Amino acid sequence: MSAPAEAAALKRTPLFSLHRELGAKLIDFGGWEMPVQYSGILEEHRAVRERAGLFDVSHMGELEVRGPGAAAALQRLTPNDVSRLSDGRCHYSAFLTDQGTFVDDLLVYRRSGEDFLLVVNASNRPKDFAWARSRIGGTAEVTDVSDAWALLALQGPLAGSILARAAGEDPTDLAYYAFRTMKVEGFPALVSRTGYTGEDGFELYLAPEAAEPVMRALLDLGRSEGLLPCGLGARDTLRLEAKMALYGNDIDDTVTPWEADLGWIVKMEKGDFIGRDALAEQKAAGVSRKLAGFEMVDRGIARHGYPAAAPHGAGIVTSGTHSPTLKKPIGLALLPVADTAVGTEFETDIRGRAARARVAPTPFYKRKKEAP
Amino acid sequence: MNPDELHYTQSHEWVRIDGDIGTIGITDHAQKELGEIVYLELPEVGHVYNADEEFGTVESVKAVSELFIPISGEIVEINRSAVAEPGIVNDDPLGDGWLIKLKVTTDDEVRKLMSAEQYAEYVQAEEKEK
Repeated sequence: MSAPAEAAALKRTPLFSLHRELGAKLIDFGGWEMPVQYSGILEEHRAVRERAGLFDVSHMGELEVRGPGAAAALQRLTPNDVSRLSDGRCHYSAFLTDQGTFVDDLLVYRRSGEDFLLVVNASNRPKDFAWARSRIGGTAEVTDVSDAWALLALQGPLAGSILARAAGEDPTDLAYYAFRTMKVEGFPALVSRTGYTGEDGFELYLAPEAAEPVMRALLDLGRSEGLLPCGLGARDTLRLEAKMALYGNDIDDTVTPWEADLGWIVKMEKGDFIGRDALAEQKAAGVSRKLAGFEMVDRGIARHGYPAAAPHGAGIVTSGTHSPTLKKPIGLALLPVADTAVGTEFETDIRGRAARARVAPTPFYKRKKEAP
Repeated sequence: MNPDELHYTQSHEWVRIDGDIGTIGITDHAQKELGEIVYLELPEVGHVYNADEEFGTVESVKAVSELFIPISGEIVEINRSAVAEPGIVNDDPLGDGWLIKLKVTTDDEVRKLMSAEQYAEYVQAEEKEK
């Protein structure tokens, strides 16, 4: 085991001192000193699947796009169809390069027809802002407002009832991917029914000074029901079970949405957008590789960056971990398209040892929808 | 926390000597640093190692760590319960969570390992560097 890198220059969220108080184990995550776990990744993972978990994800970046041309600008900047969003709705989308590969993946919130909020990955924030500013055109303006927002994710089957008590109103009337402002513990919050765990849940955008009182209140309100503070370790195992892509692991500026199995965020029929021509070309030619889920046949955990050898050629493991829910190793790999059918076996290279894996149905975990 | 009868390495393994049999595991400090252990890779019985060679890996959800053999010898037993339920290593790293037993080649090497007191000082110094 090696010592972690020098921590002096790391950025901290408004919740840093509370994390320390709660006994979090802190790590360098893309330049931020963030909790990787509090009580333990497996326990925190289970809390979110069975009860509820609370994550500080204030390191995420927020960009505001405003002006009379905001909707038109985003229609060009992102591949999903912004015209389908009404006020109070958000959707998953991306910034793409001219080659159709990912600059970043992101959420687009429509506050009004001239006022949008984009939520981007922490490590991509400067790149995204520079990219958006250079490509946005004249009738809209993009502003990096990341420092004005703290972000909490309350996730799990009990998230709605816990939040209802803190908000004094019922947030569960929000549809999935809808949002509105409400007061939580007296603080104004933009609350959306979104998350990165595969569970029901909410994300709360707060002023930095509201983050600590709101996190304390939610932890107090949920404690008797088993709500736990959760770190980025559990966030990663939860998102991987739900087959949600992670920028820097599964997607980056060498991978297109077609290859990432994220074609559903690309609306070719909506008109022109950055990356469209390249994506049309790749679609016509056919993609040669695609992201697929796998489980291990042999013992071992094939992790990010480990080589894969499939019947039709080489591939690479983009994410791999022990699944706390399934209690076995799972992962995602970019494989030759001919080798992505469920059941196809391929070989991974686990630090020099060959270990067989098998393409598996995804998502690895899907929550049971409750009867209305 | 670190029993006096054990011998310790800088890579956080421990050895207990019973006659010519050495039992090897990872320290309580090591299991805490790793977090919840979900996977163990251990060698076959009969394999012969020289001191400081890698003999396996221990993995938590987030990280992989190599295991280094503190003294030379031939593997005579591996802890199959720990392979099946790696959480034992977190629960009882110095007892039921042992990893391998080996037939010790020489008595000399164990004398070069750290005592409990030296290991405690070593961990403290390592922590300060963080």
